[in-house]
Amino acid sequence: MSFKRVVITGMGALTPIGNDVATYWKNLVAGVSGAAPITRFDAERFRTRFACEVKGLDIHDYIPRQEARKMDPFTQYAVIATDEAMKDAGFDADTLDLDKAGVIWGSGIGGLKTFEDEVLNFSDGGRNPRFNPFFIPKMIADSASGVLSIRYGFRGPTFITVSACASATNALIDAYNYIRLGMMNVCISGGSEAAITNAGVGGFNALKALSENNESPETASRPYDKDRDGFVLGEGGAALILEEYEHAKARGAKIYAEMIGGGMSSDAYHITAPHPEGRGAYMVMKNTLENAGLKPEDIDYINTHGTSTPIGDPQEIKAIEKFFGEHAYNMNISSTKSMTGHLLGGAGAIEAAACIMAIQDQIIPPTINHFTDDPEINPRLNLTFNTAQKRKVDIALSNTFGFGGHNASVIFKRFEE
Amino acid sequence: MSAIAERVKQIIVEKLGVEESEVTPEANFQNDLGADSLDTVELIMEFEKEFNLSIPDDQAENIGTVGQAVAYLEENVK
Repeated sequence: MSFKRVVITGMGALTPIGNDVATYWKNLVAGVSGAAPITRFDAERFRTRFACEVKGLDIHDYIPRQEARKMDPFTQYAVIATDEAMKDAGFDADTLDLDKAGVIWGSGIGGLKTFEDEVLNFSDGGRNPRFNPFFIPKMIADSASGVLSIRYGFRGPTFITVSACASATNALIDAYNYIRLGMMNVCISGGSEAAITNAGVGGFNALKALSENNESPETASRPYDKDRDGFVLGEGGAALILEEYEHAKARGAKIYAEMIGGGMSSDAYHITAPHPEGRGAYMVMKNTLENAGLKPEDIDYINTHGTSTPIGDPQEIKAIEKFFGEHAYNMNISSTKSMTGHLLGGAGAIEAAACIMAIQDQIIPPTINHFTDDPEINPRLNLTFNTAQKRKVDIALSNTFGFGGHNASVIFKRFEE
Repeated sequence: MSAIAERVKQIIVEKLGVEESEVTPEANFQNDLGADSLDTVELIMEFEKEFNLSIPDDQAENIGTVGQAVAYLEENVK
């Protein structure tokens, strides 16, 4: 059988630097940081007291109060991003085959705030087991896909992928493959996360994973800078509408880009630390390019995982140099986490959107906050430091790596008939 | 209206997102006020919290309307 082609026909985003795709992209290109002191909870006693929060959002402008209170914030973010993407895709509700429409979402954690609130309530209430009946359905990570399925009446495959910070990328790969195999015509995909809570910040602080640069939140996320000291927690998400090409063509849909590959690998090394020689990072890029039928020199732009951790950043760079060889120095590379922070399971979604917009507008969003070169990072690499760069971008690769050693990457290509 | 009835009404308005005028004594949570079975369980829990009492399951099963809730609470809240 021949595989079907998969195109992107709608996008939505809710990010720390913009509550829709247009604002998100404008601020990415402009190099705006989304970091600021934490407002979601009192972080006074925490080692890290800042994060990249979604700003200026009144959930009830988007979701009626009675529906919203039965959703964890990570599901609310999924709904807000998907509403934008679905409107953008412009389906005709009368002709869409809902049995061939699915939802494959990604989240690294799921309803962390719901879990935290309910357990705190339990311990404050004399340990009487009086849990809210919505506790479990709000908290479980698949609730985002369930809510989206109900909201749009999509009755095809609907589930969630969980692979820590690779979750949304795994969701995109699954959606892509299901459409390629003809099991769906349309799929809502992407991912969201809402982990800026006591447990989220405290838990990552305990791992010493977060930047503790409380004096200067907006410059804390500085991938590839010598003085980087950890990632900055972000929240939000993005939705992509993946659609079978003939289906999109038949309805005259606007096509942003084609998704031409997805690949995975695993480090099989350590539960949190990446393999020091970037073995998994190397293999995931190799597998993804093979899946797409590309040669290394076909890639114009890599949106890296690049979280701004001392150990993680160089191993990905080493893997890029090893895999791409001399072409590594011809590409543009950037970590947009320097602006958005790290959305964990939502990262792959907002970064896929960034790759697609880079192809649309032929411009590479920067890696901001570069002050001091790191001797471990080869200066011949174009890491798009501090300002966006115009260039030809036909094909973009997005890398994501998750705790557990899960690696997933996807490739988007400028659409041609 | 009793103080208890007023507090019950406020909880129902808040949790079910209905208008105060809809919260009549005869109104059934599920048939008239749009609650599903989970909403009803949550309402009972809210009553327990608000009035600091425990409503046994066999009693909770008999509370399906606003009036039944108010009557139960007026009888049992000390």
